[in-house]
Amino acid sequence: MTGFEFNAVGAILLIPLAAAGLLAALPGYRLTARLNVAASLLTFIAALSLFVADRPAPGSYFLVDDLNIVFVALNTFIGFTASLFSASYIGHELSTGRLTATHLRFYHAMYQVLLFAMNLALLANNIGLMWVAVEIATLTTVLMVGIYRTHEALEAAWKYFILGSVGIALALFGTILVYVAAQPVIGEGMQAMVWTVLIQRVSEFDSALLNLAFVFLLLGYGTKVGLAPLHAWLPDAHAEGPTPISAVLSGLLLNVALYAVLRFKLLLAANANALAPGPLMITMGLISVVFAGFMLYRRRDIKRMFAYSSIEHMGIITFAFGIGGPLANFAGLLHMVMHSLTKSAIFYGVGHIAQIKGTQRIEEIGGLTETHPWLGWALVCGVAAIAGLPPLGIFMSEFLVVSSTFAREPLLALPLVFGLLVGLGALFLRLNRLAFGEPRGATGPAEASYAPMYAHLALVLAAGIYLPPPLVAWFQNVAGLLG
Amino acid sequence: MDRLVFDVAHMLAGGLVLVSFMMLYQDRLYALLNIYALHALVLALTVAWRAYAADAPHLYATAAIALVFKAIVIPVVLHRIIARLGIHREIETVVGIGPTMLAGMGLVALSMVVMLRVTAQADPLAREDLAFALSIVLLGLLLMVTRRNAVSQVVGFMSLENGLVLAATGAKGMPLVVEISVAFSILIAFIVIGIFLFRIRERFDTVDVQALDRHRGERR
Repeated sequence: MTGFEFNAVGAILLIPLAAAGLLAALPGYRLTARLNVAASLLTFIAALSLFVADRPAPGSYFLVDDLNIVFVALNTFIGFTASLFSASYIGHELSTGRLTATHLRFYHAMYQVLLFAMNLALLANNIGLMWVAVEIATLTTVLMVGIYRTHEALEAAWKYFILGSVGIALALFGTILVYVAAQPVIGEGMQAMVWTVLIQRVSEFDSALLNLAFVFLLLGYGTKVGLAPLHAWLPDAHAEGPTPISAVLSGLLLNVALYAVLRFKLLLAANANALAPGPLMITMGLISVVFAGFMLYRRRDIKRMFAYSSIEHMGIITFAFGIGGPLANFAGLLHMVMHSLTKSAIFYGVGHIAQIKGTQRIEEIGGLTETHPWLGWALVCGVAAIAGLPPLGIFMSEFLVVSSTFAREPLLALPLVFGLLVGLGALFLRLNRLAFGEPRGATGPAEASYAPMYAHLALVLAAGIYLPPPLVAWFQNVAGLLG
Repeated sequence: MDRLVFDVAHMLAGGLVLVSFMMLYQDRLYALLNIYALHALVLALTVAWRAYAADAPHLYATAAIALVFKAIVIPVVLHRIIARLGIHREIETVVGIGPTMLAGMGLVALSMVVMLRVTAQADPLAREDLAFALSIVLLGLLLMVTRRNAVSQVVGFMSLENGLVLAATGAKGMPLVVEISVAFSILIAFIVIGIFLFRIRERFDTVDVQALDRHRGERR
């Protein structure tokens, strides 16, 4: 059986890589768009097989455990639906001449490389390998963000590149410090970078070094998560890139960076003398929530607005993991899954809206529920979900975050709830303009497939009403692991 | 003998910090590139000396990469880009030289205080390397924030990466995978930058980042 297990991990990594090579070589966008979907679907199926198969013993490079299976499954699922959306989106971009056939080849190849890099980061058992994977993911997304080559796109890509590289550099410094802390205990060589080995022996490490390392790692990977003082790249990168990439950035890449932070948080938590990582994460999370809540009011660009909402939600998730304990961790995990599903659904909708209207400016878009009822009402549902209204999934996870905060740190719940309400107000203010009232802007038909968007929204609704017990048990188990 | 090994390593790593300082006050692009090449050269020597002292032959590869790519290829290519773009005029610094140098000294002092205190139990050479490496990383960041020109920001970023290589080689027996990846990522990063610079040139005839910061209809 062991041969098969390795293949599951191998397949998740090799399918995207092989597809990237193939897509770079093949001409013709219809064929390549379908191939892109097929490759993403195969990767998703391979990821699902991780649930049923026996797990391989952790090696010095790869690891499969309860925690990362959740992330990998979510990652490949949204990777698949985003490729479906991208197939319908990209045809329009080609016909309006925003992208050429060569760009499209490059785009599809990069899409698969990005999926590969994210899966690699999630499956890595080696902190060096994890860093390399996050770096590859960053570089590919920089290229994707700049793909339209307009003034704004280049500016966004440049900003993302500079800030992302600085973050990545700080994360590497933190990784080196972890190795320096591990080396006297574990010995020289590869073993001192293997996460499963580190976590067993971490109690013997020099705690001062670990503390310093965590600060660098939190700042470094935190830049990629988009936490508040380090978020400047995020809105521009979301607004100027192709919309499928905005969906993947918000729904997946931010999670991958957060996953890296979580792995190191676990290391710190296992060392009795090290500083508690919680307060640092709580602070950054809270700042993000409140800051993004206020920033939402000033947005004039629809994609930038939802990008700020992503900052807010990553803040909530970081906050929840910072509070810690089984309930808050459970809430954080659930919130992460719900946010990824909802936010990517919103971006799918926004992509179609921007194509119909030919603009992303909020004031030039209006009355969507009248002119495009399917799209307009989906947007209303999506925004209601992201704002945290019942009975949708995010309401439940936000409720759990707030109630676990009340149980452990009642005072912190006040700024959190305040930030959430501020954000909610802004979202509905804008939604009112977008979805109701006098129709504004072009009213041409949408040549789009709504299936991915509605599938996500249905999942979010289902999760808000009824979570299947096996899923709850799984999440509880993972939440327990996170300490 | 041990004393000599330590002293030379100390001198080289300290020299790297000094060269980082020299970069801070260069106000011409060509001069900045030349200093960067010197930075990479000193890095190559430092790494090679480590390889010799620790008897770790794989580090010679890292040294060779630093020498060939960072000290020769990248400066030459950037020279040509600058010449082609016609931007070899003065660099506009956002903050004056004096305050920048003072800030640089403050950052070096900070990293010494932090790293030396934290790594009290580590091996003395690794300790110093880490402290110097952090100074170089911080000086690189300072260079990036005080410049507006895209090319000099890139140079700042590359000097920052040099600091990371110093830290990686300073950590005893750190696996080669990481070192290669560091070098490799610089290469990739460089390609990316190259593409960017050309695109920027193609569209706007400027590489001044401030010129890219256009008003977007959103007050920020």
